[in-house]
Order: sequence, then C-alpha cells, then structure tokens
Amino acid sequence: MSWFKRIKTGITTKSMEKKEIPEGLWYQCPECKSVMTSEQHADNQWVCGNCGHHEKIGSREYFFILFDEHEYEEVAENLTSGDPLSFTDTKAYKDRIKTTIAKTGLKDAIRVGKGEIEGQKAVIACMDFGFIGGSMGSVVGEKFAIGVNEAIKHDCPFICISKSGGARMMEAGFSLMQMAKTSAKLTQLAEKGLPYVSILTNPTTGGVTASFAMLGDINIAEPKALIGFAGPRVVKETIGKDLPEGFQSSEFVLEHGFLDYIVSRNEIKSKLAMSLKMFSPNS
Amino acid sequence: MITYLDFEAPIKELNEQIQKLKESEVKTGVDMSNAIKDLEAALVEKTKEIYSNLDPWQRVQVSRHPDRPYTIQYIEGITNNQWIELHGDRTVKDDKAMVGGFGMLEGKSVMFIGQQKGINTKMRQYRNFGMANPEGYRKALRLMKLAEKFNKPIVTFIDTPGAYPGLEAEERGQGEAIARNLFEMMKLRVPVICIIIGEGASGGALGIGIGDKVLMLENTWYSVISPESCSSILWRSWDHKVTASKALKLTADDMLQNKLIDGIIHEPVGGAHANRPEIFETVKHEILKHLNELESMNPSDRVNKRIEKFCAMGVVVNN
Repeated sequence: MSWFKRIKTGITTKSMEKKEIPEGLWYQCPECKSVMTSEQHADNQWVCGNCGHHEKIGSREYFFILFDEHEYEEVAENLTSGDPLSFTDTKAYKDRIKTTIAKTGLKDAIRVGKGEIEGQKAVIACMDFGFIGGSMGSVVGEKFAIGVNEAIKHDCPFICISKSGGARMMEAGFSLMQMAKTSAKLTQLAEKGLPYVSILTNPTTGGVTASFAMLGDINIAEPKALIGFAGPRVVKETIGKDLPEGFQSSEFVLEHGFLDYIVSRNEIKSKLAMSLKMFSPNS
Repeated sequence: MITYLDFEAPIKELNEQIQKLKESEVKTGVDMSNAIKDLEAALVEKTKEIYSNLDPWQRVQVSRHPDRPYTIQYIEGITNNQWIELHGDRTVKDDKAMVGGFGMLEGKSVMFIGQQKGINTKMRQYRNFGMANPEGYRKALRLMKLAEKFNKPIVTFIDTPGAYPGLEAEERGQGEAIARNLFEMMKLRVPVICIIIGEGASGGALGIGIGDKVLMLENTWYSVISPESCSSILWRSWDHKVTASKALKLTADDMLQNKLIDGIIHEPVGGAHANRPEIFETVKHEILKHLNELESMNPSDRVNKRIEKFCAMGVVVNN
C-alpha cells in the first residue's frame, strides 16, 4: 500500500503527454502501466489487453476495424478548409491547417467511407482527434452532409464516430452553423427512414455533443469516454467544487439516459452490425 | 442613473453639461435655453458620430449594456402587454433563464420565446444571467410544438452568454437538449423568426436560433465563442479580447456578409436602450414584414428552404 494514491486522471495531463497512437515497438498502457508490443496492441484493436483501456485512434483504424475485409471507398477525400475569415491568432489559421495536414496526413478532422459491415451496406463518417482536436469547421459539416447524401443515394444506414473537442474557433460563425447544418442533414436522412447511429468516443464535447453526436436513432459509446457539453474544467470552474468521480464518463451519460449502450471496441463491429440488422426493412 | 460605457465618455460629458445648465437655469432664473439647445444638438451629433463608428469590441460592450431591453421587455413592448407567459418543460422544472408564451401582435397570436437576463443583481441570479439549463431548451421546444399544433408563428429573442455549463446541466443532457432543438426546429411547419437582441453566444444561442429568418440587431454579436473565452483559449490569456472580437467576425455586418444571417435591424442612435419605444416599434415592424412574406409560402416549401439555407453554410476548398 502506498502513502499517496492518484485519485484523478485526465484533467491534469499535459498536452505534451497526449499522443494519438503510440509509436515504436512497445506500448505501455497509460492506465495500468502494463507493457505489450505495439503489434499485440493493434491486434487487440488498440485496447489494453490487461485493463481494457481504449487508446485514442483515428479514422484509419476505425475503418479498418469496422468495414468488411478492411475495404471501403473514401468519399470527398480532397476537401480542405477555405479559411473564410482569414483568421489569425498566435498563428495564421491557413498555416495551422498546412502544418496539420503535413503532420497528420489528413485533410481535416473527419473522413467518410462507404463499404459493408457484415455484408450490410453503410456509410461511416469518422472524426480524427489528431486534426486540431477533432474540431468541427466547414469541412466537417460539408463531409458529414456528403456522407448523409451518400447514405440516401445508396439507401443505407449512416454512422458517425465522434471524437472532438467541439466547434473550431478559427471558423467562428461558420463553425457554429455546422451544428445547424449537420442537424438539418439528419432531418433529411430521417425523412427517408434511414437509420443514423452515433458512436461517441473519447472525447466528445462541445458543439459536436450539442448537435449530431446526440441525435442518433441510437447513441452508443466506447467505455470510459469523456462525453459532455461543457468541458470538465469549465464545469469545475462554474460550480467551484471538485467534480464527482466518473463525471461525464460514458457510464455516467448512460446512467443519465443519453446513451443506448456502451460497447467495447473489441465487440463494436458485431454489435453494430446486429443493431443495423434490426433496423433493416428485410428483417 | 444612466450607465455609460468607456467609449461613451464624450456623451457623458455633454449630458452632464446640459444637466448643469438646466440646474443653474432653475437656480438663477436666467434663460439658458439657447445654450442648452446647442449642447443638445452637439450631443445628438456626438452620439451619432460615436455610434456610427463602433468597432467590434465596442459593439460587444453595447450588446451587454445593463440598460438594454431584454426579452420580456420586447414582448411587452411589441404586444402592448397582451401576452401570457407559459411555464415549465413538463419534465423537470421551470427554467427562469428561458421565457415564453403567446402574445398578440396586431390581432395575431404569436409564440414568443427567448432567454431572459435579470435587470438587477438579485434578478440576474434569479435568471441565471440568461444561461439556460437543459430544461430551458426543452421548455422552448415544448412551446414551439404547441405553437405548431395551433398553427401559430414563432418568434425567438436570443440574448445569452451561453448555455449553462453546470453539473446538473450535464446530468440532464445539455448537449442533447440543444441538439434536439436544432433537429426539431428545422422541421417546424410554422414560420420561425429568430432575432438576436443582445449576446448570441454559441450553441446556447443556436438552441433557439433555427429560423426562416435570422435577424440581428445592429449592436449585437453572434459567434461560436465569446471574445474573452476565445482569447483565453487561443492566446492563453484574457488580454486579447479586443483582437479576438475582431478576428471572430461576430458583428451583424460580418455575419450578414458571410450569409450566416438574413438581415440586420437598425437601432436608435445611441443603441437600443437609448430609445425603447423606437426599438420596440422597429422590431415589431420587422416581425410583421417577415411574417407577411413567410405566411404566403406553403409549409413544406418553407421547411425545405430553411433546411437548404443552413445546409449551404460553410466554405470549403476542393483540391
């Protein structure tokens, strides 16, 4: 037994220490500290074999996990941000976009793929937290819209995997209106009677939570993801008290009635496929 | 007691001079009407001059002016007090930061909904500074559905520093409440007009902001974040709020230019608080004008046009 016990995680982590996908041959779980090879970790869908910690992964990994034979066709892959406001903070937004594209190999914070999930056609939009915190600007809204159009065109379900800090400040009013735009597109999908499944992963906050992430015909989440409207720091400052343990975790959000179920990444494909089957007109 | 903003110092000075002359006129019995008239003319000119050159940060300050009329005052002014407030979301409680009810507008029944700020310290707390909880958004939606059921148009007044970021708000699904409103408002079969009368901060504003016509009063702001919070996040200090207010392009002019709103409502010289009867009359006139146009459309066309309008927002590059 130790004298000091760590009771809080997450909030105090410096951004320096946060990594999208660990590099190198070995992976050490940040939760239980157990060590495994990166290959073992990837084979287990980037979930710790010991404690079940779900490492943050991006659209490439989710598409790899979900689509049959890991095959899919990417849609609207070349869209990039137009910097409508010529925004500059400590750095010009244009340059920020350029460096992030170079660093991540991604064009923006969402990718859309179409393929099959256990033999059922589906369109999946998946956010990438590595691209400016998965923030939602015009490109996220537009690609989400194109994804919905594809689902309508192919008469198939639409799935969105959210992983985002919220709206992208550098597009200000434009990014705010992406909340409206994505919700508007979902009314069109609903009109056609096509299912929308929202998958919330760590973290999903702000304008994304307050629009498409919470609008699923079913909302599902990975275990222990941070899900909320206001970030935990803001809530803490507002109430002037420490937050209860597990506040804004998937389990907390499920308990309060805003999720349909929580599923481990190891079982997400089969459970998602079964859920889609239950929406299908052929079942 | 009039509250002056820092850039209104010349206005304050002129007002004080006028006041002094009037007092000495009473005391001494000497006629000073000419001097007073000159000063009053100078005051109008000065006010016009200052208010026609406001920078974005100054507009943000005017939008938060403590004397500015709030939602209930607009509703009372526009309906000539012919309105009945309706309470509660039918689930949890009655949110005092969000108000609504049917009111009579030139013999026409209209559903009015909006965030409500308090007029003094006690009331500001009571109204939670105009920051609604999930039950506020759900109350708003309940009232909108009620209006739709009886085929009455909806007018929302937006004036909020944001949706409340509290613990209970998270427990009761602040995100879901706002998201649900965005989705449902898109499909409302009655005309919806949204007017930003003060602060239009982020999702908290948008949660009652999906309309066929979205209008901003001249001295208001509407954006994804307040200049202060933007400064603290992007510049990591509160000192860049003026720069942030410019960068965010949050004024009515900017928002209209970027086609993110549908129109601007001009305020009296010196801002909405300088002449309440005038701003109420202007807003009433604007509502009637737009309702006239919107009611001539068939509901399905109106809904489709609303959805298409929001779907067209955004700027992307296809490489």
